[in-house]
Amino acid sequence: MPEETPSIKIFALSTCGHCRNTKKWLSEHEIDCEVIDVDLLHGEEKKKCIEEMRGHNPRLTFPTIVIGDDKVLIGYHPDEFEEVFLDGEEDA
Amino acid sequence: MVKKTPDELYPILKRFAEKKGITLNPDEEFAKSLIEGFLKKDEMEGYRACPCRLTVGDKEWDRDIICPCDYMMDDVAEFGACFCSLYVSNEYADNVRDGDNIHVSIPERRPIEKLFYPEDE
Repeated sequence: MPEETPSIKIFALSTCGHCRNTKKWLSEHEIDCEVIDVDLLHGEEKKKCIEEMRGHNPRLTFPTIVIGDDKVLIGYHPDEFEEVFLDGEEDA
Repeated sequence: MVKKTPDELYPILKRFAEKKGITLNPDEEFAKSLIEGFLKKDEMEGYRACPCRLTVGDKEWDRDIICPCDYMMDDVAEFGACFCSLYVSNEYADNVRDGDNIHVSIPERRPIEKLFYPEDE
Protein backbone atom coordinates (compact mmCIF):
# COMPACT_ATOMS: atom_id res chain seq x y z
CA MET A 1 0.00 0.00 0.00
CA PRO A 2 1.64 3.28 -1.09
CA GLU A 3 2.24 5.73 1.76
CA GLU A 4 -0.55 8.35 1.80
CA THR A 5 0.67 11.94 1.12
CA PRO A 6 -0.24 14.17 4.06
CA SER A 7 -2.58 17.08 3.41
CA ILE A 8 -0.95 20.51 3.09
CA LYS A 9 -2.90 23.61 4.09
CA ILE A 10 -1.60 27.19 3.75
CA PHE A 11 -3.11 29.98 5.85
CA ALA A 12 -2.22 33.13 3.90
CA LEU A 13 -3.15 36.77 3.30
CA SER A 14 -3.94 37.99 -0.22
CA THR A 15 -1.97 41.20 0.51
CA CYS A 16 1.25 39.64 1.87
CA GLY A 17 4.39 39.41 -0.27
CA HIS A 18 5.83 36.51 1.75
CA CYS A 19 2.59 34.57 1.26
CA ARG A 20 2.76 35.33 -2.46
CA ASN A 21 6.35 33.99 -2.63
CA THR A 22 5.28 30.85 -0.72
CA LYS A 23 2.33 30.16 -3.05
CA LYS A 24 4.66 30.70 -6.04
CA TRP A 25 7.32 28.33 -4.65
CA LEU A 26 4.78 25.58 -3.94
CA SER A 27 3.13 25.95 -7.34
CA GLU A 28 6.49 25.96 -9.18
CA HIS A 29 7.43 22.74 -7.35
CA GLU A 30 3.98 21.25 -8.05
CA ILE A 31 3.19 20.70 -4.41
CA ASP A 32 -0.51 19.97 -4.06
CA CYS A 33 -1.97 22.10 -1.28
CA GLU A 34 -5.05 23.96 -0.07
CA VAL A 35 -4.49 27.72 0.08
CA ILE A 36 -6.77 29.85 2.27
CA ASP A 37 -6.57 33.64 1.98
CA VAL A 38 -7.92 34.34 5.46
CA ASP A 39 -8.38 38.06 4.77
CA LEU A 40 -10.85 37.27 1.97
CA LEU A 41 -13.15 35.22 4.23
CA HIS A 42 -16.07 36.70 6.16
CA GLY A 43 -18.21 36.15 9.26
CA GLU A 44 -18.41 32.71 10.85
CA GLU A 45 -16.21 31.08 8.19
CA LYS A 46 -13.41 33.57 8.92
CA LYS A 47 -13.80 33.16 12.68
CA LYS A 48 -13.59 29.34 12.44
CA CYS A 49 -10.59 29.54 10.16
CA ILE A 50 -8.74 31.90 12.56
CA GLU A 51 -9.49 29.58 15.47
CA GLU A 52 -8.14 26.60 13.50
CA MET A 53 -5.02 28.58 12.58
CA ARG A 54 -4.56 29.76 16.17
CA GLY A 55 -4.37 26.10 17.19
CA HIS A 56 -1.27 25.74 15.01
CA ASN A 57 0.25 29.22 15.39
CA PRO A 58 -1.04 31.28 18.33
CA ARG A 59 0.72 34.40 17.04
CA LEU A 60 -1.37 34.29 13.85
CA THR A 61 1.57 35.13 11.59
CA PHE A 62 1.50 34.42 7.87
CA PRO A 63 2.09 32.25 5.97
CA THR A 64 1.35 29.36 8.29
CA ILE A 65 1.74 25.98 6.57
CA VAL A 66 0.21 22.90 8.18
CA ILE A 67 1.36 19.49 6.95
CA GLY A 68 -0.80 16.57 8.03
CA ASP A 69 -2.12 17.03 11.53
CA ASP A 70 0.68 18.76 13.34
CA LYS A 71 3.79 19.69 11.34
CA VAL A 72 3.78 23.49 11.06
CA LEU A 73 6.05 25.77 9.03
CA ILE A 74 5.84 29.56 9.53
CA GLY A 75 7.11 32.18 7.08
CA TYR A 76 8.69 32.01 3.63
CA HIS A 77 11.84 29.87 3.90
CA PRO A 78 12.74 28.18 0.59
CA ASP A 79 15.61 26.21 2.16
CA GLU A 80 13.25 24.73 4.72
CA PHE A 81 10.64 24.06 2.02
CA GLU A 82 13.23 22.11 -0.01
CA GLU A 83 14.08 19.97 2.98
CA VAL A 84 10.46 19.28 3.91
CA PHE A 85 8.82 19.00 0.50
CA LEU A 86 11.64 17.80 -1.74
CA ASP A 87 13.66 15.80 0.81
CA GLY A 88 16.59 18.01 -0.17
CA GLU A 89 16.41 16.77 -3.84
CA GLU A 90 17.43 20.18 -5.14
CA ASP A 91 20.95 19.66 -3.66
CA ALA A 92 21.41 16.26 -5.43
CA MET B 1 -8.48 61.85 -4.28
CA VAL B 2 -6.38 60.18 -7.05
CA LYS B 3 -4.90 57.00 -5.64
CA LYS B 4 -1.12 56.69 -6.02
CA THR B 5 0.35 53.57 -7.58
CA PRO B 6 3.18 51.45 -6.11
CA ASP B 7 5.52 52.91 -8.75
CA GLU B 8 4.65 56.44 -7.62
CA LEU B 9 4.79 55.62 -3.90
CA TYR B 10 8.12 53.72 -3.93
CA PRO B 11 10.36 56.84 -4.36
CA ILE B 12 8.25 58.85 -1.90
CA LEU B 13 8.50 56.14 0.79
CA LYS B 14 12.21 55.68 0.03
CA ARG B 15 12.88 59.37 0.76
CA PHE B 16 10.79 59.06 3.96
CA ALA B 17 12.86 56.03 5.02
CA GLU B 18 16.18 57.69 4.18
CA LYS B 19 15.29 60.64 6.43
CA LYS B 20 15.02 58.09 9.25
CA GLY B 21 18.43 56.63 8.41
CA ILE B 22 17.03 53.45 6.89
CA THR B 23 15.81 52.57 3.39
CA LEU B 24 13.30 50.50 1.43
CA ASN B 25 13.88 46.88 0.41
CA PRO B 26 16.15 47.17 -2.68
CA ASP B 27 14.27 44.24 -4.25
CA GLU B 28 11.98 46.78 -5.93
CA GLU B 29 9.58 44.23 -7.35
CA PHE B 30 9.08 42.69 -3.90
CA ALA B 31 8.84 46.10 -2.20
CA LYS B 32 6.24 47.26 -4.73
CA SER B 33 4.23 44.07 -4.13
CA LEU B 34 4.15 45.03 -0.43
CA ILE B 35 3.08 48.59 -1.28
CA GLU B 36 0.41 47.08 -3.52
CA GLY B 37 -0.56 44.96 -0.51
CA PHE B 38 -1.16 47.91 1.82
CA LEU B 39 -3.00 49.79 -0.93
CA LYS B 40 -5.27 46.75 -1.24
CA LYS B 41 -5.74 46.82 2.56
CA ASP B 42 -6.75 50.49 2.15
CA GLU B 43 -9.41 49.43 -0.34
CA MET B 44 -10.59 46.47 1.76
CA GLU B 45 -10.41 47.98 5.25
CA GLY B 46 -10.24 51.75 4.72
CA TYR B 47 -6.72 52.17 6.09
CA ARG B 48 -3.22 51.32 4.91
CA ALA B 49 -2.51 48.49 7.29
CA CYS B 50 0.53 46.21 7.24
CA PRO B 51 0.07 43.88 4.23
CA CYS B 52 1.39 40.89 6.20
CA ARG B 53 -0.89 41.11 9.23
CA LEU B 54 -4.49 40.12 9.78
CA THR B 55 -6.69 43.21 10.21
CA VAL B 56 -10.20 43.56 11.60
CA GLY B 57 -11.65 46.56 9.73
CA ASP B 58 -11.50 48.75 12.85
CA LYS B 59 -9.02 51.60 12.24
CA GLU B 60 -8.78 52.48 15.94
CA TRP B 61 -8.03 48.86 16.94
CA ASP B 62 -5.47 48.43 14.14
CA ARG B 63 -3.87 51.89 14.53
CA ASP B 64 -0.59 50.27 15.70
CA ILE B 65 -0.20 48.38 12.43
CA ILE B 66 -0.99 51.18 9.98
CA CYS B 67 2.08 51.29 7.75
CA PRO B 68 4.72 52.27 8.84
CA CYS B 69 3.66 50.31 11.93
CA ASP B 70 4.51 51.24 15.50
CA TYR B 71 7.02 48.36 15.57
CA MET B 72 8.93 49.22 12.37
CA MET B 73 11.94 51.06 13.79
CA ASP B 74 12.49 48.51 16.58
CA ASP B 75 12.26 45.60 14.11
CA VAL B 76 14.64 47.25 11.64
CA ALA B 77 17.09 47.98 14.48
CA GLU B 78 16.96 44.41 15.82
CA PHE B 79 16.44 42.28 12.69
CA GLY B 80 17.39 44.60 9.84
CA ALA B 81 13.87 44.58 8.44
CA CYS B 82 10.36 45.49 9.46
CA PHE B 83 7.72 42.79 9.88
CA CYS B 84 6.83 42.69 6.18
CA SER B 85 10.37 43.63 4.99
CA LEU B 86 9.35 46.83 3.22
CA TYR B 87 11.57 48.99 5.46
CA VAL B 88 15.12 47.72 5.95
CA SER B 89 18.44 48.86 7.37
CA ASN B 90 21.15 50.05 4.98
CA GLU B 91 23.24 47.01 5.93
CA TYR B 92 20.32 44.65 5.16
CA ALA B 93 19.87 46.46 1.81
CA ASP B 94 23.55 45.98 0.97
CA ASN B 95 23.24 42.24 1.69
CA VAL B 96 20.20 41.97 -0.57
CA ARG B 97 22.10 43.77 -3.33
CA ASP B 98 25.02 41.37 -2.82
CA GLY B 99 22.60 38.57 -3.61
CA ASP B 100 22.25 37.22 -0.09
CA ASN B 101 19.00 35.29 -0.20
CA ILE B 102 17.77 36.55 3.18
CA HIS B 103 14.43 35.22 4.40
CA VAL B 104 14.24 36.36 8.00
CA SER B 105 10.96 35.77 9.79
CA ILE B 106 10.47 38.75 12.06
CA PRO B 107 8.79 37.71 15.32
CA GLU B 108 5.45 39.47 15.92
CA ARG B 109 6.07 42.32 18.38
CA ARG B 110 2.39 43.20 18.60
CA PRO B 111 0.91 42.45 22.07
CA ILE B 112 -0.93 39.10 21.92
CA GLU B 113 -4.16 40.61 23.24
CA LYS B 114 -4.32 42.61 20.02
CA LEU B 115 -4.88 39.30 18.20
CA PHE B 116 -8.22 38.79 20.03
CA TYR B 117 -10.66 41.36 18.61
CA PRO B 118 -13.50 41.93 21.15
CA GLU B 119 -16.30 42.02 18.54
CA ASP B 120 -15.22 38.53 17.38
CA GLU B 121 -15.38 36.99 20.88
